[in-house]
Amino acid sequence: MSSIHVTTTLNGDPAEFLCEAEETLLDVLRDRLGHTGAKEGCGTGDCGACSVVVDGRLVCACLMLGAEAAGRSIETVEGMAEGDKLHPLQRKFLDHAALQCGICTPGLLVAAKSLLEREPDPDEEQVRYWLAGNLCRCTGYDKIIRAVLDAAAEMREAS
Amino acid sequence: MALDSKQDDRTHQFKVVGTRPPRPDGIDKVTGRARFGADMTAPGMLTGRILRSPHPHARITSIDSSEAEALPGVHAVVTRADFAHAVADAATADVLDNCMAGDKALYDGHAVAAVAASSPAIARKALKLIKVDYEPLPHVTDVDAAMQPDAPALHEGRANETVPAGLSPNVVARCAFGHGDIEAGLAQADRIVERTYRTEATHQGYIEPHACLASVGPDGQADLWCCTQGHYMVRNTCAEILGMDQGQLRVTASEIGGGFGGKTTVFLEPVALMLSKKAGRPVKMVMSRSEVLRASGPTASSSVDVRIGMTKEGRITAGFAELRYQGGAYPGSPVDMGAMAAFAPYDLENVKTVGWDVVTNRPKAAAYRAPGAPMAAFAVESAIDELAKGFGLDPLEVRLKNAAREGTRASYGPTYPAIGLEATLRTARDHPHWSAPLGPNQGRGVACGFWFNFGGDTCVTLNITPDGTVTVTEGNPDIGGSRASMSMMAAEELGIPYDKVRTVIADTGTLGQNEVTDGSRVTFAVGLATIEAARAAKREMCRRAAQIWGIEEEAVVWEDGAARPAGPNAGTHPPMSLAEIAAIASNTGGPIAGHHEVNAEGAGVSFATHMVDTEVDPETGAVKILRYTVFQDAGKAVHPDYVEGQFQGGAAQGIGWALNEEYIYGADGVLQNPGFLDYRIPVASDLPMIEPVILEIPNPGHPYGVRGVGETSIVPPLAAIANAVSEAAGVRLTHLPLSPPKVLDALKSK
Repeated sequence: MSSIHVTTTLNGDPAEFLCEAEETLLDVLRDRLGHTGAKEGCGTGDCGACSVVVDGRLVCACLMLGAEAAGRSIETVEGMAEGDKLHPLQRKFLDHAALQCGICTPGLLVAAKSLLEREPDPDEEQVRYWLAGNLCRCTGYDKIIRAVLDAAAEMREAS
Repeated sequence: MALDSKQDDRTHQFKVVGTRPPRPDGIDKVTGRARFGADMTAPGMLTGRILRSPHPHARITSIDSSEAEALPGVHAVVTRADFAHAVADAATADVLDNCMAGDKALYDGHAVAAVAASSPAIARKALKLIKVDYEPLPHVTDVDAAMQPDAPALHEGRANETVPAGLSPNVVARCAFGHGDIEAGLAQADRIVERTYRTEATHQGYIEPHACLASVGPDGQADLWCCTQGHYMVRNTCAEILGMDQGQLRVTASEIGGGFGGKTTVFLEPVALMLSKKAGRPVKMVMSRSEVLRASGPTASSSVDVRIGMTKEGRITAGFAELRYQGGAYPGSPVDMGAMAAFAPYDLENVKTVGWDVVTNRPKAAAYRAPGAPMAAFAVESAIDELAKGFGLDPLEVRLKNAAREGTRASYGPTYPAIGLEATLRTARDHPHWSAPLGPNQGRGVACGFWFNFGGDTCVTLNITPDGTVTVTEGNPDIGGSRASMSMMAAEELGIPYDKVRTVIADTGTLGQNEVTDGSRVTFAVGLATIEAARAAKREMCRRAAQIWGIEEEAVVWEDGAARPAGPNAGTHPPMSLAEIAAIASNTGGPIAGHHEVNAEGAGVSFATHMVDTEVDPETGAVKILRYTVFQDAGKAVHPDYVEGQFQGGAAQGIGWALNEEYIYGADGVLQNPGFLDYRIPVASDLPMIEPVILEIPNPGHPYGVRGVGETSIVPPLAAIANAVSEAAGVRLTHLPLSPPKVLDALKSK
C-alpha cells in the first residue's frame, strides 16, 4: 500500500500530510497533524465529538476520509480562539459551566458555531435540535443550551 | 497558633465557598488543549489491539498466534499464558480473568488475545491471523433464568458462605438487612401492594472510550498514562496482576472524559503493560465504542419483588423487597447496596430486604453512579406511589409522613444524624411545579432517593510558593470540576483570593494512597484534607511570624490571609500576609507546606426528591419529558454551578435509563446494540431544562458542612418517571425501559 499525499488548509494554515487510503479525517487530524481537539467517541457518526467544519459544512471527521481533505478548508476547535481572545461561545461555555468532563466540548463548540453562522437568533428548540447530534453524558444539556443562547445574544449585539 | 473560631464552624460567613469562579481546567477544555486518554503519545509507540470472543460462553481449547507473530510490524502477542504471576486476591484474579480470558470466554466480547504492532492496520490484520479454537457452551444472560437449578453454570464453587445449599452455582452471594416483623406489620395495613419490577442493564455511557499508554523498561520500571477515576487503584491492581512492586509503576491520570463509576476498574491497562514489557516499546490502546459497550462494565439488570403495606392514612406498616441482580460473569453485582438503599429514605418499624448476587454470560458489571440504588428505588418508590394514589393521598405527603429524619434507625442499620430528606420533600411540595396544571395524556411523578456517600484514603499537599501563591496537590482525577472546589476551599481557609491557588492532580509517585474518585467522595474527602493541609500551613506560617516577632506561637492568629498578634499582650506587630511570610521563608526555616493524610470518615448521607411531568403519545407509546425539577441536599454547595450540573446530569442519565437505554441480548447471547445509534442515550432535543434546587443541611462530618452530591441524583428518576408515565397512561408500568413498544402494549392492555 502506498501513502497518499494530501495538501489542505487547517484553521487557515496550509497543511500537508501523507495518509493511507483507509484513514479517516479524524485519524489524520489527531495522529498526523497533532490536532487532538476533535475526539473519537464512537467512530460511527453517532456522538459528534469529532465535529469539524469542512468548506463551511459541519461534518463528523470520523465519517470522512483523510484523503478527501485535499484542497479543502478544515476548521477545528483549535482554530476558534483568535490568539488569546476566546470565541464568545468558548467564553460562555465557561461562564455557564456548560462542561463537566469536557470530552464533548470541542465538538459542541464547533457545532454551535456552525449553527450561529447560519442562524444568529435561534430559539431553544432550534439549538436543541441542531445539537442533537452531539452527545453529552455529564450535563443534561441545560447549561450548554443556555451558553449557546447567551453567546448568540452577545454576538448579535456586537455585530 | 490559636485557631480562629470563625474559621472552624459551619455557620461562618464564607467568602469564596458558595461563589461561582471559573474552573482552572476550563480554558484547556474549550480550546482543545486538554489531554484526554487517547491524546497521549510516546516516542516509538506501538498500537495495541484486543481479539475478543464472538461467543457468549465457550471453552478455549487452543490459541495459535504463530502467524500473527510472524507478520512484519507485529512486536508482541499476549494471551492469558503470559500472565503467569499468581494473583492471590480473588477479586483481583477476577479482574485479570476479565481483562484476558483463561480457560473459558464468559461473554460476547471477552478478551482472548492482544497484539502490539507498528500501525493500527497491521494490528488489525494480526488479530485476524490469531487462531482460537472455541468449544461453545450453553449460555444464560437473564438474571431469573440464571438462578434456575438447571441453568448453564459459569463457574463452580464461587458461591460464598451466605448462599444456602442447593441453588444454582450462578447464585454467588446473599445479603439481608432490616429490623422488625414484616408479617406483623403487613397485618396492620389497610392495603398491600405486591409486585415484581424489572430493569435492564444500562451503561454509564461516558463519551470517552477507555484508553491508555504503557511503557515498561527492561529494568522493571514502568509508566502508565490512562483515563481513570483512580490511578492509585490502577497502579495497585496492575502491580498485583503483573507481579510488580507498586513503587516501580508510576501511573498518571489524563483528563477523563466521563466515568460515572465505569472507570473505577481496569480493562486495558494490564494488557498494555504486558504488551509493552514483551515488545520493549511503549504501547497505546484505545477501545472502540463497540468494545466499550461489549466489554467494559455496565451496571446490573434487576428483578425485584416488593411487598409494602400501608394504612389508609398513609403510614407504611411494613416494607419487604427481594432483589436479584446479575452483575455479569463474575461475583460483585451491586445488589448489596441496592438492598441497603431500597428503604433508606423511610422511618419504618418493620423492614427487610434480601439481595441475591447472580452471575450471567454478560460483561462484568462495574460501578454506575449510586451502584445498585436506582433499581431498588424504582421498585420501592413505585409501590409507595401506587399505594398512595390508591388511597387518594398526596404522594409527597405520604412520603413526608414516613420520611427518615435525625434519629431514625435506617433500614440498613445505622441511626441518622442531621439529614435533609424532609427539607427536600417540603421544598418540593411548596414549589410551583407541584401545583402547575397538567394537560391530557400527561402525568406527574415524584420519587425520593438516597445515597450513602463515601470518604476513604486521601492525601493532599499544599505548597506555599516563594511569591506567595499556592499549589494544592491532590490524587483524585477531576471528573466534573473538583479542582475548582479544592482551590476554593484552600482559598477560603487561607484567606487569599481564589486565583492565587492552583490545584493539580498528582501522579502516583507524588502522594500516598488515594481512593478512587467514586462514592461522591472527592469534594467531601479531598476537600476535608485540603482544608486540613491549609490549616497545617497556617500553623507553620504563624510559627514563622512568631519567630520573627519574638513572641510565643500561641500569641499569633491567622485572620484574613495574614498572621496577626492575638491580642494587645502579643505586641503591636503589623500583620504579615501570606506573601510576606513566603517571601522570607528561606530565612526563617525553609519552604512552607501543609499536608494531610487521612482515611476520611463522616461523609454524610444524601437525599433527593425528584419531580417530573411526562406526556404519553397514545398513538405511538412515546414518552416526552415536559418538566423536571431536582431537590437535593448538598450539605454546603462549594461551587453551586457544578452542584447543579451533578443534579442535572444525574437526572438526565436517569431519564435515559427509564425511557430508552438497555442492553439487548438475542437468543444467541450476543449483544445486539453495541453502538450509540442503537444504545441511544438522551440527546439535547429529548430533554427540557432541568431545574436544580439546592438545599443546604450541613454535614456534621465536614468542616464546611459539605456532602457528596454526585450519585444521589440518579436514584429517584427511574421511579419518578415510571410514576409519571403510569399516571399519564392510566396503567402501572413495572418494567424499564419505558420504550414506545412497551408503553403501547400497556395502553392496549388497559
